[in-house]
Amino acid sequence: MAVGVQVGRQTRVGMSGNEAVAYAVKQSNVDVVAAYPITPQTIIVERIAEYVNNGELNAACVAVESEHSALSACIGASLTGARVFTATSSQGLALMWEILWIASAMRTPIVMALANRALSAPINIHCSHDDAYAVRDAGWIQFFAEDVQEAYDLTIQAFRIAEDERVLFPVIVNLDGFILSHGVEALYVLDDESVNAFLPPRKPINTIDVEKPMTYGPLVLYDYYMEFKRAQAEAFNNSYPAILGILQEYSKLSGRNYAPIKTYGMEDAEAALVVLGSSAGTARFVARRLREQGKKVGVVSLTLYRPFPRDELARVLRRVKSVVVMDRSYSFGSPGAQLFMDVASALYDEKERPLLVNAVYGLGGRDFTAEQAEMAFRIALETARSGEVKERQVWLGVR
Amino acid sequence: MVTQIKTVKELPREELFAPGHRLCAGCGVPVLVRMVLKAIPNAVIVNATGCLEVATTIFPYTSWRVPWVHNAFENAAATAAGIEAAFRILEKKRGIKRPKVVAFGGDGGTFDIGIQALSGALERGHDMLYICYDNEAYMNTGIQRSGATPRGAATTTSPAGKVIPGKLERKKNLIEIAVAHGIKYAATLNPAYPVDMYNKIVKAASVEGPTLLHYFCPCPTGWRSDVDKSIEIARLAVLTRVWPLYENDNGVYRITVPVKTPRPVEEYLKMQGRFRHLLAPENKWLLDQLKQDIEENWNRLLKLVELSQKSS
Repeated sequence: MAVGVQVGRQTRVGMSGNEAVAYAVKQSNVDVVAAYPITPQTIIVERIAEYVNNGELNAACVAVESEHSALSACIGASLTGARVFTATSSQGLALMWEILWIASAMRTPIVMALANRALSAPINIHCSHDDAYAVRDAGWIQFFAEDVQEAYDLTIQAFRIAEDERVLFPVIVNLDGFILSHGVEALYVLDDESVNAFLPPRKPINTIDVEKPMTYGPLVLYDYYMEFKRAQAEAFNNSYPAILGILQEYSKLSGRNYAPIKTYGMEDAEAALVVLGSSAGTARFVARRLREQGKKVGVVSLTLYRPFPRDELARVLRRVKSVVVMDRSYSFGSPGAQLFMDVASALYDEKERPLLVNAVYGLGGRDFTAEQAEMAFRIALETARSGEVKERQVWLGVR
Repeated sequence: MVTQIKTVKELPREELFAPGHRLCAGCGVPVLVRMVLKAIPNAVIVNATGCLEVATTIFPYTSWRVPWVHNAFENAAATAAGIEAAFRILEKKRGIKRPKVVAFGGDGGTFDIGIQALSGALERGHDMLYICYDNEAYMNTGIQRSGATPRGAATTTSPAGKVIPGKLERKKNLIEIAVAHGIKYAATLNPAYPVDMYNKIVKAASVEGPTLLHYFCPCPTGWRSDVDKSIEIARLAVLTRVWPLYENDNGVYRITVPVKTPRPVEEYLKMQGRFRHLLAPENKWLLDQLKQDIEENWNRLLKLVELSQKSS
């Protein structure tokens, strides 16, 4: 039972993002947690270990010797039918990379909290979205939390989504390193009964069973490999309605609205920003100020990053005159940074579509300030006014 | 209940490893797998990437009549650890019956790329049996040297050249690495000694906690030996003291097949193309080093036996 102010069936508490994720994992009654320490994620697994060692959570904590082994152990555990969780950041996710693809293809519904951190070199422990972007093609569903509340809510939803028979894919919940992982915020947590009702014990299929032996992870050559991948692709794409349904169900339960994208001011916006993660709040704060000055600006933030909410995004962006896509990462040699490329290709088929600018910002934990957000909006407004893209990619907040 | 046997006639009849797999003629792996599944019928198998994995599960076929999991190359021990940890908690929470988790890795997947995951799993004390089938090189990718390749052997990445006649470094000692983790049972296996092998598998599986078996796995393809000589070569490996058969049971070393007077190593070497160059006069220096390795290993084993038996 969380200590805080009781509001209906929920409790208002103060927690960091890491603590909120750990609390959500505890309420989700997870069976196996295999993880390896890495800043800024470590506190998640520390808290879970405390829950287990104090008898508040009946789970196995496998304190493995690397992230590679963490995800390997998660796959083995998930195949037994257990509910499985791991957490990592940056280099840890990079070390898992090989196994991420296997987790998806073997349809193991593992949930991972990813406290986003910049990839080395130079080594840095603060927020970039390099890690999440680098695994976007691996067949994991990915959510981005905007605040601690969402980190908590999305973790609970992630288990339900991952384990749903219409989905059966692993899920990453992204939370911006330090900004959310260590930032303490007020949030509402559900009571255990509500979580149990929303997230009953996993009903696994095709689990490891000596009585019904099966072969998991066979060699598949050119005679079947494409059919395997096609089946996986169809399953991944078909999971979309199930994801939407579960987000809606949780919205009703919690009174907090969850959908693939969130919009602000988009009903009449001529210039907009597209953002991921904790920057959404800053962007909306500045947008509100600009709108008070009569500027028609808006903000679109993505809660769901994979599968990419292409149709929703195209619908809200196609009539906007200019959009600045904000990337907390850089893709060397690409036509733009990662989110920019997604947004551009999502809009390509639209008859009407906005002029696009890509802004690279906030790398390695560089503060995303209101001034930077305002600069981005000014670029969008100027592009909308002139009907011309001056610079396709800009860097904000760099010396 | 540990059931030890005295003759092969007592081996269980049931075959849980189906015929029709694509392992090479004369390969030592199927002998091991059949024996393991006879000894541990409630096994869940985890298989590192390697010959055994690719040759037994070419979709849509499988040779495995027990649950079998392949994840990747270097992570068999970690995958097995996850399965074990999950079954342990599911047994507590939901009364699900816990099977015995057995991991197979080749020497590449064990001595080299998988040693970290193996060390971690042994240290954490998972109830699992890890078995290394050691054919002394990366045979699945086409005979490249590994940390298990013996000194002098020719592989495609340690060829018997004019200047460098084969691998110059000695083989790692896997049993001692495993024993250093404080595990309760570790032993070497050899297909020419099936009773010794079966009994050690049964013993290893009966221990609660991590155990390790190290299997001498003839490979006619990689060793350039006759396919009908695999068992003969395996027997010679023991009789020349190249592959001592011994165990470490709760810290105490014991030689299970004593070799009072060893046969000349040349008898073992000359049956295999990978060693034939060592018999040329210009490579005698390397042959001498290999012989020294064999002698040192044997003498060290005798000392370990004496020391551990005295202090037990």
